[in-house]
Amino acid sequence: MKFNETELKEVERLARRYPAGRQKSALLPVLHLAQVANGNWLDTDTMDYVASLLSITNIEVYEVASFYSMFNLKPVGKYLFEVCQTGPCNIQGAKDIIAYIEKKLGVKEGEVTADGLFSFKRVECLGACGYAPMLQLGEHFKEHLTPEKIDAIVDEHRKKAGL
Amino acid sequence: MSTKLLLDKAHIAGIETFEIYRKEGGYRAAEKALKSMTPDEITEEVKKSGLRGRGGAGFPTGMKWSFLAKPEGVPRYLVCNADESEPGTFKDRFLMEKIPHLLVEGLIVSSFALGANTAYIYIRGEYAWIVHILEKAIAEAKNNGFLGKNILGTGFDLEIHVQRGAGAYICGEETALLESLEGKRGNPRIKPPFPAVKGLYGCPTVVNNVESIAAAVPIVNMTGDEYAKIGLGRSTGTKLISASGNINKPGVYEIVLGLSVEEFLMSDEYCGGMKNGKKLKACVPGGSSVPILPHDLLFKTANGETRLMTYESLSDGGFATGSMLGSGGFIVYDEDQCIVENTYNFTRFYRHESCGQCSPCREGTGWMEKLLWRLDNGQGKMEDIDLLWDIQRKIEGNTICPLGDAASWPVAAAIRHFREEFEWHVTHPKEAMERNYGLRKNIYVAPTTAGA
Repeated sequence: MKFNETELKEVERLARRYPAGRQKSALLPVLHLAQVANGNWLDTDTMDYVASLLSITNIEVYEVASFYSMFNLKPVGKYLFEVCQTGPCNIQGAKDIIAYIEKKLGVKEGEVTADGLFSFKRVECLGACGYAPMLQLGEHFKEHLTPEKIDAIVDEHRKKAGL
Repeated sequence: MSTKLLLDKAHIAGIETFEIYRKEGGYRAAEKALKSMTPDEITEEVKKSGLRGRGGAGFPTGMKWSFLAKPEGVPRYLVCNADESEPGTFKDRFLMEKIPHLLVEGLIVSSFALGANTAYIYIRGEYAWIVHILEKAIAEAKNNGFLGKNILGTGFDLEIHVQRGAGAYICGEETALLESLEGKRGNPRIKPPFPAVKGLYGCPTVVNNVESIAAAVPIVNMTGDEYAKIGLGRSTGTKLISASGNINKPGVYEIVLGLSVEEFLMSDEYCGGMKNGKKLKACVPGGSSVPILPHDLLFKTANGETRLMTYESLSDGGFATGSMLGSGGFIVYDEDQCIVENTYNFTRFYRHESCGQCSPCREGTGWMEKLLWRLDNGQGKMEDIDLLWDIQRKIEGNTICPLGDAASWPVAAAIRHFREEFEWHVTHPKEAMERNYGLRKNIYVAPTTAGA
């Protein structure tokens, strides 16, 4: 993966927000950008590329990418359902929703559907406790989930992908 | 009792735009602060207001500001903690989504008071769409002369940047947050030195919660003395409470500190009472880290006094019979909820979020999770309960940062108040897999004052 011109400009803009010599501060935002550009996950080549852009060592990128739960170090579906399982979501039926998603997609946690479109993982509290149960999909939250809502989300994204 | 200082205008259509926010009286505090007050005068007002950090610890904000070292020629930083990750807490999200200019204005006022020319908002990675909301508000403020060089002709310069995290509860701890902002793993730093002396890039730094920074706006507008008149005792002003669980009206409420817990939970103005007419079993009043309170200790303290939504009243009785206001994450459990399962759930969370630096937390949270899983799944032994107690005791106070305490307290409180339910899981393993225990049978009896 290599960034296109727009993405490279964004990397420059991000790196300029810190004092001279502190461009490593841009690592998290640049990794987010790289993950999107690389199809929703980070492979070693992508991480090495990010390291070269920020003039830091490869290991400085690996140790960060492996620390934060939003960075996927294995391939995931084009649409990744990150389903909250913590306390307040748990008492509002998160377990049932997770079971329903598993059945609906026909894959286990961490696996990707055959068409490459979907996968899911259980995550810890996302800050939507009053609107439970919920999941994160890309940059947005889907809240007050029901099986019907899950069906609609899956249908909508199948259509989006042209299926 | 329904005074609102932060969210009073949050419902107005278009308030997220500069134009409407300004028309509704926004940026008056920034004008007042920059044009007619000195930085020390602003800090003095915040001190007088009695404002306490709204992120959870409750440390006086004005005092935190006054600790900031001011060596010549060294930049100072203000970092806004928008990492909001404590289970049960979603108030900062609401404020930033609905009324982002309030935070931007708060940052201008606070940065001026601290002499910071750069401020960073560190926002949890999952709040991705709010990054755009904040960046739009910042751009609008800049276009209107409230950010950038020589703001309002006063010679004060300020840039605000939004930094997105990537999923790590620990980054809500202020030194872990600074590490993360420097592009590293979120491992908390050993203190001292405190951030006020050596923070971001080794420079003096203040880290404040979103709500604390936003509160600087009404404080400057109304004066610290007037702000301090709202609330009760040392719990001054208003507080955003995130209400969730088995209640009729989950959501974010701005309350005047001093409201009774019963009114907050039962009245239609706030939580609207228990959902489906169920009975109240327990409540975690200040985010997952604070001790859970059984129903009989929630509305009244052990001494029979009315329990209030204040720092003092919620902690009345210490950990034996009290809890904490914390971050204001108010989670309500009805009679159908299982305390063992909930304790397992929270413990799994802390094990997942432990950064791994300190052995007591890294190893202890894992052991607690395993024991609680066993108890919750009908495989527990009676001695597991004592072992759990022993482990949490050995984590608390023995770690670099408060995550160890945060992981211990929920376990300790659950065993303290609901031991009979844990024991029932051991003695009735099959039944415990099929049904919940229900309300606790041993209702707390207030101690006599004999000997006092």
